[in-house]
Amino acid sequence: MKNIATFLLTVVLPIVIITIMLRDATKDNTLLDNLREEYAIPHIPSVDHSKHAELQRDFDDPHEITATCISCHTERGSEVLANAHWNWEREAYIEGRGVTYLGKRNLVNNFCTGILSNEATCNRCHIGYGWFDDGFDHNNPYNIDCLICHDNSGLYDKARGMAGYPVPGLDFQTIVQQVGRPEKDNCGYCHFYGGGGNNVKHGDLENALLNASWETDVHMSAEGANLECIDCHKTTNHQMLGRYYGVSSDNTMRATCEECHTSLPHTTKTLNEHAVTVACQTCHIPVYAKVNPTKMHWDWSTATDRIDGEPYEIIDTLGNLLYTSIKGDFHWVQNAIPGYTWFNGTADHHLISDVISENDSIIFINTLFGDAADPGARIYPVKVHTGRQPYDTEYRTIIQAKLWDQQPGMGALWVDLEWEEALAAGMEYIGMPFSGEYDFIDSKMFLMINHMVSPAEQALQCEDCHTRRGGRLTAINDVYIPAQTTNAAIDHFGVIMLLMATAGVVLHALMRFLARKKRTH
Amino acid sequence: MKQMKMVYLYSRYERFWHWTQAFLILFLALTGFEIHGSYRLFGFENAVHLHNNAAYILIVLIIFTIFWHFTTGEWRQYLPTGKNLKAQLDYYITGIFRNAPHPVKKTILSKLNPMQRLVYLGLKIIFIPVMVLSGLAYMLYRYQYDGVIHSSGFNDLYLIASIHTLGAYILLAFVIVHVYLITTGHSLTSNLRAMITGWEALEEETTDKETEQK
Repeated sequence: MKNIATFLLTVVLPIVIITIMLRDATKDNTLLDNLREEYAIPHIPSVDHSKHAELQRDFDDPHEITATCISCHTERGSEVLANAHWNWEREAYIEGRGVTYLGKRNLVNNFCTGILSNEATCNRCHIGYGWFDDGFDHNNPYNIDCLICHDNSGLYDKARGMAGYPVPGLDFQTIVQQVGRPEKDNCGYCHFYGGGGNNVKHGDLENALLNASWETDVHMSAEGANLECIDCHKTTNHQMLGRYYGVSSDNTMRATCEECHTSLPHTTKTLNEHAVTVACQTCHIPVYAKVNPTKMHWDWSTATDRIDGEPYEIIDTLGNLLYTSIKGDFHWVQNAIPGYTWFNGTADHHLISDVISENDSIIFINTLFGDAADPGARIYPVKVHTGRQPYDTEYRTIIQAKLWDQQPGMGALWVDLEWEEALAAGMEYIGMPFSGEYDFIDSKMFLMINHMVSPAEQALQCEDCHTRRGGRLTAINDVYIPAQTTNAAIDHFGVIMLLMATAGVVLHALMRFLARKKRTH
Repeated sequence: MKQMKMVYLYSRYERFWHWTQAFLILFLALTGFEIHGSYRLFGFENAVHLHNNAAYILIVLIIFTIFWHFTTGEWRQYLPTGKNLKAQLDYYITGIFRNAPHPVKKTILSKLNPMQRLVYLGLKIIFIPVMVLSGLAYMLYRYQYDGVIHSSGFNDLYLIASIHTLGAYILLAFVIVHVYLITTGHSLTSNLRAMITGWEALEEETTDKETEQK
């Protein structure tokens, strides 16, 4: 009886107490509750534009609208003229290149490849009127299209192939009286449709965000924070936070989660410590393209095929365009799982003037810098878009094709379906040599995944990365990830030692047992 | 004539320490190898929390036990001796099968045989400290304090984790052999009973020797 009491006291009780102590503490979410409260207050405009005398009339010429805006907002014009949304290029220092002036204006990608020689159609998405070609005046504030960003009526629309001019016949009097802060559909008018259709380019930016469910995007969903784009992409004097590394290169003016959530958003310290190496997006955007598929691959090399002399299209049962004679083959993915890469906020780009080395079987449209040794780098989710696009086999440069024109016979690929003429016309426009010899080369482009944040419960769980095999971060092998990373030598040594200890013990016990039997006989 | 006498060998604290430490080390191994990715049991997050908390409790226990060792003088039990070390080894390799007597008599003043002295001392001054230090380094190579995430300066988690894993394998191998060797007492369970109740039947002649010395 005494023995049992002693056993309970010395063995069982401490273990019970320890087990109770090992349980985890409860959670506290004050930070998030405060944010919810702060962003629940609706924005009340200080101006009702329908009461302005200047706007009590109709307008024939959109430039006139801009002039009217600037007549009151006197300094806004010059702000916009200094803006990357306007210039489509930005000054940035790139390691190995020095100071560069890059942007949509002069960079290539592996979607529609680039705007040069295609401005009339591409630049429908420019915040200006009339950027038809390189003759556009970027210093004239009356070329600014204020409405594309500030129209709150939902009536404003830009015309196809008109380099940013609006569609004819708009009721400008109604539109100008309802201008205000940019809303989701202002930004989305261009940013949802990059690459030529909804969700084609980014994968995490598409028109489903206009009425997103809680699961699709906790920030933009009406059930969630119901935020506008500019709540995160905070703007001062038309300078917005936010970087798209298909065109940006430097680590400045980025829109970050930490703006609101601080760098210590979790109630568990272990998770906060993760944020030193892992970006918020990595765990909190487990999948993207949640509602509509996004383009993952674009093979230009199959374009210009015809059936009975006619261009054709192949569309799958879900309505995805798989092939079109003017563009080639596509792959689409819905609920896509991101790739993961180190990124320190700086990037390089493959310039159209860059020579492709003989050894390169693939070109990187952009390169995201950073690795485990870089204290400024973290692991980010990316969409990896692969392509196959034309290059000059003689001069070994990417070729910008002329894709579009108002009329046939001008060398536009989408109109005439002739590669050689399209390539020659594009390069001639840029003023770069074209040897006439061309082929197609594989290319890769990295697009950061920043939107479509999932509810916290759907964020990646520890085991999604902390697992021996098949984890999300299998490709990241320059940092120790518990459970994934192993020291093979130590594991082999350890397992052999345990096996030998066990075998030794079993063998010894067996010999004792046999020796004892022998004695008793 | 050898007579057996019940002797109170392990004080209440010593048994409390032993069993708590045994539980914690096994529990640390169980959760630790889950963190290592060897299997899934509690779930990774739970395993980490349990492992860290168990580690802190073990450290507290170790501090108390260091204090206990010095205040009671029990630390002398672990002073290594080369005397009879060979004899003890021979006993395990051959003598035990011939039912030969234990080469070293257990007494209150010398509870441990020469092999135990050496191995336990090794645990106390090498393996446990290495595990505690590498474990703390693993936990605290990055830590949150006063609203900032700090780094402790040594960022090579690969090295830290490798040392910690190696130590875990060694400790586990020790546990396997230890649990087996406690069956080599006077009876299969006499050592186990002693560590639970504190009392063990020891041979009388020890007390004779003590009186002789006096």
